[in-house]
Amino acid sequence: MRFPATARQLLRYLPVLPAVLLLLVFLAGPVLWAFHASLTDAGLTGRSARNPSWVGLENYQRLLTDPVFPLSVLLTVVFVAGSAVLGQNLLGLALAVLMRRARPLVSAVVGTTVVAAWVLPEIVAAFAAYAYFSGDGTLNQLLGGLGLGRQDWLYAFPMVAVMLANVWRGTAFSMLVYRAALNEVPAEVTEAAQMDGAHGWQRFAFITLPMIRWSITTNLMLITLQTLAVFTLVWVMTAGGPANASTTLPVLAYQEAFKFGDIGYGTAVASVLILIGAAFGLAYVRLLREPRP
Amino acid sequence: MTAPARTPGSLPLRPAAPRRRRAGSAPADLVLLLIGACFLLPLLWLILASLDAEAGHELRLPDRAGLDNFAAVLTPELLLRPLWNSVLLSGGTATVTVVAAVLAAYPLSRYRSRFNRPFMYTVLFGTCLPITAIMVPVYGLFVQLELLDSMTATIFFMATTTLPMAIWMTRNFMEGVPVSLEEAAWVDGASRMTALRTIVLPLMKQGLGVVFIFVFIQAWGNFFVPFVLLLSEARQPAAVSIFSFFGQHGAVAYGQLAAFSILYSLPVLVLYVIVARGGSGSFALSGAVRG
Repeated sequence: MRFPATARQLLRYLPVLPAVLLLLVFLAGPVLWAFHASLTDAGLTGRSARNPSWVGLENYQRLLTDPVFPLSVLLTVVFVAGSAVLGQNLLGLALAVLMRRARPLVSAVVGTTVVAAWVLPEIVAAFAAYAYFSGDGTLNQLLGGLGLGRQDWLYAFPMVAVMLANVWRGTAFSMLVYRAALNEVPAEVTEAAQMDGAHGWQRFAFITLPMIRWSITTNLMLITLQTLAVFTLVWVMTAGGPANASTTLPVLAYQEAFKFGDIGYGTAVASVLILIGAAFGLAYVRLLREPRP
Repeated sequence: MTAPARTPGSLPLRPAAPRRRRAGSAPADLVLLLIGACFLLPLLWLILASLDAEAGHELRLPDRAGLDNFAAVLTPELLLRPLWNSVLLSGGTATVTVVAAVLAAYPLSRYRSRFNRPFMYTVLFGTCLPITAIMVPVYGLFVQLELLDSMTATIFFMATTTLPMAIWMTRNFMEGVPVSLEEAAWVDGASRMTALRTIVLPLMKQGLGVVFIFVFIQAWGNFFVPFVLLLSEARQPAAVSIFSFFGQHGAVAYGQLAAFSILYSLPVLVLYVIVARGGSGSFALSGAVRG
């Protein structure tokens, strides 16, 4: 009796249904709809909003000729590489290492401060960062106090400002991951290396780092995906400007769709971003499927 | 936001394990305090400006510190209604997410099937999709289905974006409840769902609390999703109203902006401390990051 067994098996999995439905309607649906809409001239208002017509690959051809798109891809790469892969990752690791050497009270206070920037709602963090980098903000007060030149950071160096802001906002995650990872490195191993005459840096580079390499890879994957999707911070601080100088891909997709009312072209940009995210996502899933060392 | 593993967890309030090393080296303290000061400065502005009726962008001690800014923003239409909307939105999102995640996690943790692994990895893949990228298509979808400006639809969408991570966390917590406890109930003739409700859920209360708070904090802080999907002012949560009030009205009362920000941030700070103090913080982080 094969059929009843299968039926019972299916029935057992019935509780998964609400989750599957939600994921299909609100996650898979929009993704598929994005690829479809990116092949039309769908607009925000007017005739093309109600009856979008099929334009094939026109939106994607436009991406290739639009000078803003390659700039936006470049800015996104710079943003992710600078603020996540280098900034958050290295600073998070440094903090985690220092916290093991510092007095417990100092590391608790500093840890709480770093985490506070991360727990705050993103819009609040964005306002605070905006005030910090603005013309008469704290950073310029500091530079002025040190006798260095003041700059209008948000206009002259918008990418530097949003990258530093993203490091400030997101380093806590890397710090927490690395604190947990370093706690799992058995003290015996590093002590044995110390007995063999390995110095601090040697122990760190040849013993500790290889032992936490799984955490490093996971962390890099996750912060890359998080940073790829950052919108609010950039939007509040610079709105992508001046003159597209900080228009990362999420900002470009939003602007094309909602500011210029071109949903078709906006979804084409969004589709590229989804594909980049999907590629990283697949790599991440493959990584986790491999047995841990 | 998308943030696959932006888990509120493991605030290092106490040193994790007893250490054999001598406590603290001065150079490490100094460097750490310097970095900490850099992280503190932008937050310091928020606090000082909120107490300063004539606050601007610059960091300064108020001439006359007071709570005028707080009094000014504590009005129904400016702060209370948006905060109430935030409560509805985040509470609704967290409830829908936890219910769907518990239901899904139960068969996935209790039955062995070829279906489990591919399903869990597909879900994990779902945590990786950049949600900001799908906001334009979601807007299009909501227009077509005439769901725009609907609180309920926004709740279901936000629940879906946090659902993949919630399923992983819930399943990991559920694996911690031994099956043998349920088997006794099955013998007594209880159905699977009764066993789930009366035996498994009470035993994983703490884990469920962590998932609920985790989703609530994410939804509370989310700006982009309600910004795109909720159009009328009467439905907008605090994240959006703070932006439309202060971000678009040109001449800004910075002191009030800071006061509003602090009142709006307090609930998530409190919730975070609850999770971190409960000791389930690193627990949550491992529940989220590990398979």
